[in-house]
Amino acid sequence: MAEVLLKVKDLVKQFDGSTVLDGISFDVRRGEVIVVVGSSGCGKSTLLRCINALEPIQGGSVELGGEPVVHGSKNLAKMRQQIGMVFQSYDLFPHMNVIDNILLAPLKVQKRNKSEVRAEAMELLKRVGLEDRAESYPRQLSGGQKQRVAIVRALCMHPVLLLFDEVTAALDPEMVREVLDVMLDLAGQGRTMIIVTHEMQFARAIADRVLFIDNGKIVEDTDPDTFFENPKSDRAKQFLNIFNFERSK
Amino acid sequence: MNWDFILKYLPLYETAALLTVKIGLIGIALSIAVGFLCAAVLYFKVPVLRQIVIVYIEVSRNTPLLIQLFFIYYALPKVGIGMSAQLCGIIGLAFLGGSYMAEAFRSGLEAVEPIQAESALSLGMQRSQALRYVVLPQAVSISVPAFVANIIFLLKETSVFSAISLMDLMFTAKDLIGQYYKTTESLFLLVVFYLIILLPVSILGSYVERRLRYAGFGS
Ligand SMILES: Nc1ncnc2c1ncn2[C@@H]1O[C@H](COP(=O)(O)OP(=O)(O)O)[C@@H](O)[C@H]1O
Ligand SMILES: [Mg+2]
Repeated sequence: MAEVLLKVKDLVKQFDGSTVLDGISFDVRRGEVIVVVGSSGCGKSTLLRCINALEPIQGGSVELGGEPVVHGSKNLAKMRQQIGMVFQSYDLFPHMNVIDNILLAPLKVQKRNKSEVRAEAMELLKRVGLEDRAESYPRQLSGGQKQRVAIVRALCMHPVLLLFDEVTAALDPEMVREVLDVMLDLAGQGRTMIIVTHEMQFARAIADRVLFIDNGKIVEDTDPDTFFENPKSDRAKQFLNIFNFERSK
Repeated sequence: MNWDFILKYLPLYETAALLTVKIGLIGIALSIAVGFLCAAVLYFKVPVLRQIVIVYIEVSRNTPLLIQLFFIYYALPKVGIGMSAQLCGIIGLAFLGGSYMAEAFRSGLEAVEPIQAESALSLGMQRSQALRYVVLPQAVSISVPAFVANIIFLLKETSVFSAISLMDLMFTAKDLIGQYYKTTESLFLLVVFYLIILLPVSILGSYVERRLRYAGFGS
């Protein structure tokens, strides 16, 4: 088995005294694809945001490659360079065109060579079918295109871990596929990813492991077939029933 | 309309207009600097300074420029802080304009979605980099309309400078009316000169606003 890349231990997250994550522990090995599911408001986004310390935590720890990721610490920016994140809402920088969005961090943060990063960015854009949109501004792109650019922007920093927070949730149905395909491609390349999604078929197809969160705790941590066919907990059964119902509607 | 009169006193108005423009420009430049600093203090919630800035903004926005000028020109010398009428005009304008500019920048900063800064941070940027490359450019262009409106407002406010005997446009017009009773001509010149100063600002302002609207906003 590959080595542990991310170690989340006893993570506790509270907002104004109310506990959202109540002692979350799990490891992610290099190359693993973890899908996190749970009902709306159970803390999936919060978990991802705690992993790259966008939120301070009230207990526990997050370690990437053996090094702690701590909110407000001096090397946080350095740690975050290794963690790519794509959000649900479109988060491209609206005042920059696609290529500048992608190049900004590699040039300003990593001080890499411009022509080299540009070549890499164009290669990645091509891979997601957007090589002709390099000069477009975000407002000229569809939601699906924006999310693909956001993925390329994250990839260009050479992260060792990718976090996806419901990246297709705000998309029109016909654009969901094009974004999911990019993520399947990334999984095929052996990238380490944590994906929050409500696309259950996709989850089953892409996941090496599924984490089900309920009431601030990980209730199921298992392979996708077991989770979708034979979940242990009643909460997971209920959760899946709702989805089956939605599908059969 | 007596055109000979107008031609005769045109140079007087020119000199006065230059003075108005000079004080206006320096005052506005200072307003922008003060506004920027105050907005930064509010944005970063700097303790103590924040309270001071809030009080300053309230005082500045809720008192007329005329009274601010009187205070600086007539009251401050009583406590040993005397200054020339010009400097007084500049400081008065900066005191008034600083709060308006601060509000313009602050609302611009607040209008930038938090996710923008968070995306920048999650790409590994330092806070200062996120601010410089991602938040500020958006905040500034959101502020532009308010910013342009403030500049025009402040230039118009310069018309009260005559109250502290600055020989500006208003002073010149009043003076000529008092001496020669040529009310129509004097006021005509006054209007024309203010238009000459303000119209270009207005036109340039709307041009910049239009450019920004087309330059890739509203994702
Ligand atoms: N900044 C915040 N302040 C207060 N409460 C928050 C904040 N962010 C999230 N929450 C609360 O934390 C809980 C989990 O939210 P979230 O992680 O967004 O859920 P999910 O992504 O699973 O739908 C929700 O009850 C939400 O209201
Ligand atoms: Mg969420």
